[in-house]
Amino acid sequence: MNRDNDKGKVLISRSLIVGIGKFVLLMVIIVRLYYLQVYQADRYKTLADENRISTRLLVPPRGLIYDRNGVLIATNQQNFQALIVAEQTPNLQQTLDAFKKIMPLSESEEERIKKEIKRKRSFVPIKIKDNLSWEEVAKIQLNAPDLPGIIIDEGLSRYYPYGEKMAHILGYVSSVSDKDVKDDPLLEVPGFKIGKSGIEKYYEKKLRGKGGNLKLEVNAYGRVMKEIERKDGIPGERVDLTIDARLQEKAYDLFGEESGAAVLLDVHTGEILAFVSTPSYDPNLFSQGLNNEQWNALVNNEKKPLSNKAISGQYSPGSTFKIITALAALESGTIKPDTRFFCAAKMLLGTHAFHCWKRSGHGYLNVIEAIKHSCDIFFYETSLRLGIDKLAEMARRFGLGSKIDIGLENEKAGLIPDRAWKLRRFGESWQQGESLISGIGQGYILTTPLQLATMIARVVNGGYEVKPTFSKLSDYDREHLPRIKINPAYLDIVKQGMYEVVNVPGATAYRSHYDYNGIKMGGKTGSTQVRRITMKERQTRILKQEELPWRLRDHGLFVGYTPVDNPKYAVAVLVEHGGGGASAAAPIASQILLEAVKLDPTLKGVRDDRIKEPIDMSLLPYPAE
Amino acid sequence: MYKFYETSFRNQSMSLTEKFFNLSFAYILFITMLASIGVLMLYSAANGSWSPWALNHLVRFAMGFAVMLFFAMTDIRLFMRYAYVFYFISLILLVVVEVTGHIGMGAQRWINLGIIKIQPSELMKIALVLALARYFHTSSLQTIESFRGIIPPVLMTLFPAFLVVIQPDLGTALMLLFTAGMIFFVVGVQLWKFGVVILGGIVSLPVAWHFLHDYQQNRVLTFLDPERDPLGAGYHIIQSKIALGSGGVFGKGFLKGTQSHLNFLPEKHTDFIYTMLSEEFGMVGAVFVVIINLLIIAYTYSFALKSNSYFGKLVAIGLACNYFLYVFINIAMVLGLLPVVGIPLPLISYGGTVMLSVMASFGIILSVYINRNINIGKD
Repeated sequence: MNRDNDKGKVLISRSLIVGIGKFVLLMVIIVRLYYLQVYQADRYKTLADENRISTRLLVPPRGLIYDRNGVLIATNQQNFQALIVAEQTPNLQQTLDAFKKIMPLSESEEERIKKEIKRKRSFVPIKIKDNLSWEEVAKIQLNAPDLPGIIIDEGLSRYYPYGEKMAHILGYVSSVSDKDVKDDPLLEVPGFKIGKSGIEKYYEKKLRGKGGNLKLEVNAYGRVMKEIERKDGIPGERVDLTIDARLQEKAYDLFGEESGAAVLLDVHTGEILAFVSTPSYDPNLFSQGLNNEQWNALVNNEKKPLSNKAISGQYSPGSTFKIITALAALESGTIKPDTRFFCAAKMLLGTHAFHCWKRSGHGYLNVIEAIKHSCDIFFYETSLRLGIDKLAEMARRFGLGSKIDIGLENEKAGLIPDRAWKLRRFGESWQQGESLISGIGQGYILTTPLQLATMIARVVNGGYEVKPTFSKLSDYDREHLPRIKINPAYLDIVKQGMYEVVNVPGATAYRSHYDYNGIKMGGKTGSTQVRRITMKERQTRILKQEELPWRLRDHGLFVGYTPVDNPKYAVAVLVEHGGGGASAAAPIASQILLEAVKLDPTLKGVRDDRIKEPIDMSLLPYPAE
Repeated sequence: MYKFYETSFRNQSMSLTEKFFNLSFAYILFITMLASIGVLMLYSAANGSWSPWALNHLVRFAMGFAVMLFFAMTDIRLFMRYAYVFYFISLILLVVVEVTGHIGMGAQRWINLGIIKIQPSELMKIALVLALARYFHTSSLQTIESFRGIIPPVLMTLFPAFLVVIQPDLGTALMLLFTAGMIFFVVGVQLWKFGVVILGGIVSLPVAWHFLHDYQQNRVLTFLDPERDPLGAGYHIIQSKIALGSGGVFGKGFLKGTQSHLNFLPEKHTDFIYTMLSEEFGMVGAVFVVIINLLIIAYTYSFALKSNSYFGKLVAIGLACNYFLYVFINIAMVLGLLPVVGIPLPLISYGGTVMLSVMASFGIILSVYINRNINIGKD
């Protein structure tokens, strides 16, 4: 009984100990609750929000690009694409097979899809097919039950209504590559495209806009439950170019199958109205992503459609350069307007013979006649007396030999050689013979079609130093154009020569003349050989251009302007291996200029019957000798 | 030899009405409050819907309530008389589950009787308490303190614990061991014996580790370092802590827990229901539930103290231990204080067997209280 009593006491005292133990443990729980729910509450609130809120970038619509008359030349198009979410499809192969029954998928496409699915997390949508038509979208939606995990995504893609006709101006957009600087979170958005070339690249910042933010509440599986907050981005700004879509289209079409370039400028502002390089490529393919075949076709084309010949192509200016030679000679007093040289078809310098293009020779001619007939001997004689340095200096004043920087990539500087250059480059002194051929635009001299257009614009606008540009000039800039140091009278002499080139029967480009309500054009042809004519060939018979393979034919060049009495437009045309300036380039230049005149409201109905009379030489202020 | 119905009426000194008015209504109120909270939270867990859980829970609580009243009205001497019988039945059921489990596939814890599923391990929790209470009631302190005297209750504990652990249900097995351990402690088993067992346990820990299933090992490792595998095994506990912590002091509001409603919180209707409650009602709600549970345990202790019989005291204390272990292990688990062992929060978590077994325990505890003046002899 006593022991039973003890047993009861032990039970009570030990129970109390256990009871206190339980109480303590429950207090530990309360302390823990305090720690989590009060002390660390903020941290966990943040984590809970990170869990539930998914922030997505809203891609702003890319800025539109217009031509000078407000015609859309780069726009955004509704684009439907089919995507697949791997985790939502029970059997990937089966789903893809079902998709293929609706729409064909090439093997390489299928491979790419599988590769991407393997690489990315299972809930990331992978592109199956882009640029779906309405019917295709409808077909997919109709078959949705057989296509688990396939979703249709609606987005904007870049579209160029003029396609290849403007490719070398606008460039194209394409997916962000590893090399691009990622200074904007937008670049991390899958499928985001940026300007990779042309105006699209130059104005990338302006066109891109600012991304917006979309805050969504998502559940643990990533499903969107509701929208919490939407902050719209800023759409890309519009860009207005100086291009005239009508002229651009016309100029492009004029080339046909030819490879070449043309640049049409407003001579008073330097605004580029047309800027063509042919053949071209379809920039719309680039925004969709090119396949290998398309890419290889572009890269392996001998006419190099990807190269922008208007700024990247460097050619000998040929006879178009005689304009510069004439100006330099007149300014230096090497020749006077009435100085005559005799052309006997060939001249000797030391033992070496230099030929005129006309095998019978031109006889005596002055500078205007020399330009008109493009006599080589006259300019050999002139540059022999003038020397290379003065020639080079004049060339540079008119924009040759250095980059103009119009904002497109791969612009080349061309080359205007002089004594110092040759010494630097070859360590040799300048040869007189080199001066000679420089005088007719051969030898080391290289120019781009853009530079030639600049040269002719500066010559015909009265010596204003305009710079070609794609963006409209402000009124201030228009009125504050720097002047080139040149006597306008010399420019008039050269212009007279160029007038005669086109408008006098028998002159080199007479076939290309026009008279549109009295508006005429002037210009200068140029042909540059890409092969060497051997002595043997000269003695027998020089092969006709048509008899040569395409690659060996001469490049045809023409620089021109219109109207002759009050020039407004200047053009430079290059036709690669076109066979000659008069036959290949002048007709194109003529049509471009005529079109520009026809479309110009300020020139409509103008009737100017003034006949260009030869300049009265005695009125010209000759430089002192 | 008397029959159960004869005894129940012959020996009782109180009428049913008297018994009824002897119930602790405060105690029943606490239980009802917790069950109501359970219904509320299950309603929220289903995103504001009575199905599939809340209504079922209510029905089960009603059934459990009837069971509780039935046991409360039962004479305590019957519990003593049939303690061993009940224990053996439970043990046999455990063996049956084990055998059918091997015939079937994977872990088997249920016996399907058509209408209800019985989980023998739940029955065993009560049966073990009753059986140990009877054993110690009939033993002298001398026996209890002797080596021989402690062997039978140790075996009574280890048998079912072993059967449960191979189910495998480590959580329940540990609960059986802890409950039994606490009973051994309160009846006066010398402390040094506990020391020996604990030491032995620590020594054999590496061996035991070897026998744990991979997922059990993972749970323990994850408990020690939840960041070890944030998307796998550690996900539950990390998300649970985020839910709790983000609830703050006053919570996000009923039906407004983001972690729970957006499914970041796993098992929110069962093991992690306390987390959801803490997210929606904050620390206020969480502490409230702890306090109600504290009161239930304190009342149970006071019932034990008031009981005249050693059996009654021990049964009340033993069942209180069992209930406490449920509450503590579940809450400590979701708070990241213990590994995730899959033990629900009684009265609140969704689950039929636990509801019934817990309500039955409360019935027995109330019976102890109602029959507090009855003395029970040593046989």
